[in-house]
Amino acid sequence: MEYYIKTPISEEEVRKLEAGDVVYISGKIITGRDQVHRRALEFYKEGKPLPVDLRGMAIYHCGPIAEKKGDEWRIVGFGPTTSARMESVEADFLRAFGVRLVIGKGGMFERTTQAMKELGAAYLAHPGGVSVLATKSVKRVLEVHWLDLGIPEAMWVVEVENFGPTMVAIDSHGRNLFMEVMKRAESRRKEIFEELK
Amino acid sequence: MIEERIKSGIVDMMERAAFRVPDDVLNALKRAAEEESGVAKSNLMAILKNLDEAGRLRLPICQDTGTPTFFVELGEDFPIRAGIYNLITEAVREATRKVPLRPNSVNPWTYENPGDNTGRFVPVIHVDIVPGDRMRVTYLAKGGGSENVSQLFMLPPVAGLKGIKQAVVNAAYNAGTQPCPPVIIGVGVGGSADIAIKLAKKATLRPLNERNPDENLRKIEEELKEKINSMGIGPMGLGGKTFALAVHIEWAHKHPASLPVGVSMLCWAARKSIADFLPNGEFRIVVP
Repeated sequence: MEYYIKTPISEEEVRKLEAGDVVYISGKIITGRDQVHRRALEFYKEGKPLPVDLRGMAIYHCGPIAEKKGDEWRIVGFGPTTSARMESVEADFLRAFGVRLVIGKGGMFERTTQAMKELGAAYLAHPGGVSVLATKSVKRVLEVHWLDLGIPEAMWVVEVENFGPTMVAIDSHGRNLFMEVMKRAESRRKEIFEELK
Repeated sequence: MIEERIKSGIVDMMERAAFRVPDDVLNALKRAAEEESGVAKSNLMAILKNLDEAGRLRLPICQDTGTPTFFVELGEDFPIRAGIYNLITEAVREATRKVPLRPNSVNPWTYENPGDNTGRFVPVIHVDIVPGDRMRVTYLAKGGGSENVSQLFMLPPVAGLKGIKQAVVNAAYNAGTQPCPPVIIGVGVGGSADIAIKLAKKATLRPLNERNPDENLRKIEEELKEKINSMGIGPMGLGGKTFALAVHIEWAHKHPASLPVGVSMLCWAARKSIADFLPNGEFRIVVP
């Protein structure tokens, strides 16, 4: 199936998505990688509100290239970063902030898959390194927070139109395409070890 | 004057590398796209479309414009010698503003980012002194995703050839879906721990249309590529036949008690450039 989704999205909408579906996103997406996850969870622990309401939103594992022209930020690079780095904190992040979509590359593992099933969220894979196509979907930068973390690590709130194609790689029913691929690779690796001389 | 020329040459190299990959890599990606089907093919088609538009729109191929890394073959009679470190650093600052590149140099203790891709030991500069009065500079924009899967195996020497091969297969399996495959896999066998890793990284820079001159090593490279791709990890880790575009091996003599195997991977966005500089600072871009 192919879906055109506008954020924010509901649990009902995200539950419709199945592994292998192709998704294009329009509306607001919010970048967050290593340091955004770290700081946001610190805020949550301390009971401080985040600068942006993430309920029903898409969090994008991305450290953009951005340049400031006058008062306006322009996005020059907008491809995904490796999601595995966020594996240890993503389940808590989803639970704390009610995010429905996580976008990144390279996939995530067991804990995130379980949390997505439980909470109603999905992981969308964007081809890694494919930055220009993602950049072209950017309409404008709406807000930027936590710039003290540096441009790649800051929280960018960006309006996009038909961002994609992304593929549902982890759905809210427990399927994880990356883990399926690696499971097959694991059994093949055992055979290879026998074959090598 | 000569300093200015060298600096502008290096800025030029960095700019070109941001917008395109060398032809050998582009051709290998096109061949892979023809051989694949389904999800693997659609990922490769997205990569090829991205490369096409990056060139046309002059936008960086990937938002991770990498850690600026330089391999310098410096002629002993080239007029600039110790000054080359500063010139390269200045060129990195200028290219970061001009392209623009993403500021990727961060203090590991404070997370402070100076914003210009410089810092302690950044840019990374390796210098070899060579005969002659010229300088060849190879620039590599090394992305964090593929650097993160670098691996070092300090094998017991009794592990032998089979152990070396298993280590490389393991390295590919461990890297899995993470390094933005298809990748070029560099293997450094022997030396000490640091040399094995450095040779592995250098091996990723060998052009894909250049064969290993050692017939035995060439066969091992082919065998490893075939075995690794048969794990089916595929482009972007979503399944397929192309995880590795190539496996390249470099080697060094080693201590009798050691058998280091370093593995380095270069993502499909293999952004590199090579330029030759004359003693008056004039330069010729060789790649891309």
